[in-house]
Amino acid sequence: MIAQHDDLHNKLNLEQDQDVKQFLTFFMAEEEYGVDILTVQEIRSWEEITVIPNSPDFVKGVINLRGTIVPIIDLRLRFGISAIEYGPLTVVIVLKVQLENTCKIMGIAVDAVSDVYSIAEHEAKAVPHLSDSDNAQFVAGLVNVGEKMVALLDLQKTMDI
Amino acid sequence: MSIDLSQFFEVFFEESFEGLDAMEAELLNLVPGEEDLETINTIFRAAHSIKGGSGTFGFSAVADFTHVLETLLDQIREGSRDLTAEHVNLLLKSVDCLRALLRTLQAEQQPDLTEADELRIKFEEILGMRAASKETEQAPEAVSESSFNTYQIDFKPHHHLFKTGNEPLYMISELAELGELETQAFQDDVPDITNLAPEDCFLSWRFFLTTDKEQSCIEEIFEWVEDDADITITLCGGLFGDEEITAAETVTEDVAPAQEVEPAAVKPATDPKKPAPVKATTANAESTSIRVGIDKVDSLINMVGELVITQAMLSQLGEQEITEATIASLQEGLAQLAHNTRDLQENVMRIRMLPISFVFSRFPRLVRDISQKLDKQVELKLLGEQTELDKTVMEKLSDPMVHLVRNSLDHGLETVDKRVAAGKDPVGTVTLNAFHQGGNIVIEIMDDGQGLNTTKIREKAIKNGLISETDELSDNEINELIFLPGFSTADQVSDLSGRGVGMDVVRRNIEALSGSVEVASAPGVGSTFTIRLPLTLAILDGQLVRIAEHTYIIPLISIIESLQIDISKVSRVGKDLDVLRLRDEYIPILRLYNIFNHKGAIETLDKTLLVVVESDNQKVGLLVDDLLSQQQVVIKSLEANYQKVDGVSGATILGDGRVSLIVDISGLIKLSGLRKPGSQELIIESKANLEAS
Amino acid sequence: MKRILAVDDSASMRQMVGFTLKKAGFDVTEAKDGSEALNIAKQQGFDAVISDVNMPVMDGITLIRELRSLPNYKFTPLLMLTTESGLDKKSEGKAAGATGWIVKPFNPEQLLAVLKKVIR
Repeated sequence: MIAQHDDLHNKLNLEQDQDVKQFLTFFMAEEEYGVDILTVQEIRSWEEITVIPNSPDFVKGVINLRGTIVPIIDLRLRFGISAIEYGPLTVVIVLKVQLENTCKIMGIAVDAVSDVYSIAEHEAKAVPHLSDSDNAQFVAGLVNVGEKMVALLDLQKTMDI
Repeated sequence: MSIDLSQFFEVFFEESFEGLDAMEAELLNLVPGEEDLETINTIFRAAHSIKGGSGTFGFSAVADFTHVLETLLDQIREGSRDLTAEHVNLLLKSVDCLRALLRTLQAEQQPDLTEADELRIKFEEILGMRAASKETEQAPEAVSESSFNTYQIDFKPHHHLFKTGNEPLYMISELAELGELETQAFQDDVPDITNLAPEDCFLSWRFFLTTDKEQSCIEEIFEWVEDDADITITLCGGLFGDEEITAAETVTEDVAPAQEVEPAAVKPATDPKKPAPVKATTANAESTSIRVGIDKVDSLINMVGELVITQAMLSQLGEQEITEATIASLQEGLAQLAHNTRDLQENVMRIRMLPISFVFSRFPRLVRDISQKLDKQVELKLLGEQTELDKTVMEKLSDPMVHLVRNSLDHGLETVDKRVAAGKDPVGTVTLNAFHQGGNIVIEIMDDGQGLNTTKIREKAIKNGLISETDELSDNEINELIFLPGFSTADQVSDLSGRGVGMDVVRRNIEALSGSVEVASAPGVGSTFTIRLPLTLAILDGQLVRIAEHTYIIPLISIIESLQIDISKVSRVGKDLDVLRLRDEYIPILRLYNIFNHKGAIETLDKTLLVVVESDNQKVGLLVDDLLSQQQVVIKSLEANYQKVDGVSGATILGDGRVSLIVDISGLIKLSGLRKPGSQELIIESKANLEAS
Repeated sequence: MKRILAVDDSASMRQMVGFTLKKAGFDVTEAKDGSEALNIAKQQGFDAVISDVNMPVMDGITLIRELRSLPNYKFTPLLMLTTESGLDKKSEGKAAGATGWIVKPFNPEQLLAVLKKVIR
């Protein structure tokens, strides 16, 4: 259990001496997900996008973010959830993701932005190991906020495309 | 006042390297016995400047070495010595040696003087100044060891003294600084007011100076006016008693080794051993800075000026209430802004542009050295040296070009005997030609040698398994084989070309610069290598095309033509490849929408357009729905935040802010499966099929 | 402020001379050859001219001869920068109207010391 907790701790990439972190949460197929707010660069509305040929379906294409070319991932498709029409609530959360030896700016398209919560790391619980869900790999941990449950994203895994 | 001389070092090195380049170029132009005075003068001036600068900045090793060069050149310049071929060779070696010395010094390292000393001895032998040279330096300077002496100085300027720009008053002040000075002025010669010529000097002086300085210090003060005044310096009651020395005797410079009395003999203030605190680091010190012509900077300043005016106009408009009239002027202002921005962009890009002579200039020497080694007679022609291209591209162009030129000299040009036997001019010609074509620079390396030996290349390619014996290849296709990896020229490896670096590396290096290289050759007539490069790596001239709702950019450099397809000329090869017969060629048609998996594009051939492009000497037609505008685009990386995409070389941002992808032709051909990487097979096969059917 | 025109085809020497003189409180104008210097000198006045001898386009001796013939430069100190090997240049320069010479190589202190003979 302790080992598992350590693992979780790493996944969340939490600082040892900093118990409480702020998480930006968003909705996707009725579920609420959270990302460390420090990785969030900006939130944009859905805009016209340039398709990249022969890319995986969840890579919607690239946008121009003030002169930088930024790829946008459709998180529904990434999670294998059925796609929906993009609507006025659809947003793109632009994130700075620390990958192995580089830092990439990427966007995720989600159904809607929800809220910002302060979450203490020790509240996060490991994802129950369910063999039938591939998506467990993208989730670093689960926390309860009031009556709701929020899944904290493992960005490295999610964005490793 | 102390001044840190090291701040001038970089400029000194830079101009010295330029001077050496100039020397080298002029030396290569020299034909002993027919030398032209201006050429010698240019060489002399370069050596002279390097010597002056190195002496001043404390690089005495360089100064000493350049001194002998300068002396020899001076004698040749003055006509007292005839220029020989040996001199030219020796001078060329000295240029190399100096370059190496300066590089070492620039890198703040101790130079190895072995070669310089050897060369210097040779020069001194020629000049007949061996042995004598060291002694003059050692000539004793001290005249007396005494502490204080009193000198009587009689100074009677000639009437014209003022017209030499000299000022007795300042000289007297200088004298006073040497010690205790007593002054007597004589006005006897001053004429009465009616005869007084106001521009003439009629005064004379007698001074008594008590000083611990040597007599030479006094002589130095009057050095400039010794011909314009009567000067007598007498030592009163010194060690040697009343010894009278007249200035005329002491300062007869033509006889005495003049170094002793001049400040020149004083060591430069900077300590040569102390490494100079130059910030720039060693080897790449050259490439981190760029010298820009004043005219370019001036035109930039002008443009920024215009931009500021436009901006002021627009912001003024912005403050006004918006009416019909303001909208019109707003539009006008924006058009002006667009114009300014474009001009500015073009001119900023021009800053990085340098004439290709920077690369060309190394070839006269290279060709001279190699042709001597190979015992061939070669004339090098340089054309279009003023053609400009991006500095970065230029730096990377040098090596491939050296390889190609060596190749031409080694394999292309025949020996004198062979040329004469073939009825050709015994002197072979290698021509480097550069010119702009569209947004590209084209560099041709031509020789009038024997041309590529297709039989030999074919055998080689079969042996190396690049083609099979049954393959029928045209001469051009055979010539193309030399660019393939695995086509080693092992049995032809000579000292000069070859040596493991093959043409495939040349092609790869040039393609890495988004360029292309191809060869044309005719047996017995010669071969031409043509390098095509974009002028800059940051900007590309693009043709915007539409496929369904997607906009792509095709580099203009690759486009040969765009046309409407004549269906009667299209035949189907194999399962799904359409080939268009265009004049005498067969152009495979690539359906971009298929390759890129886009839906909604026009699929019928007669409704679409075909853009014929070329890469790796392979022509293909790209099927597009529509041709849009042509524009210059700034290349952006897709890999920075995403990853490499096959068939796409990068992205750019269009005027409306949307991202558009740039098509990578060579990647596209691979993607289409038309050609296996590194092989010609498929294409040739399909062609053979076609011709058979 | 006294104005000096410094003429040399070598940028490093020009910079060094210019910098030294400016630091010593002179107003310095630089020119890269005799012809450029002559044009500048015709348009502006200078209290002294320091010129290299060996330069392209117009050499220092010619420059001095031309300057000395101008009414404005009749009494102006015209100094040439020469090397020890250019001894005959000195007499040639003097004949052309040079006030004096400064022998290369020299350091900033030497330059200023020599200059004191003609301009203060």
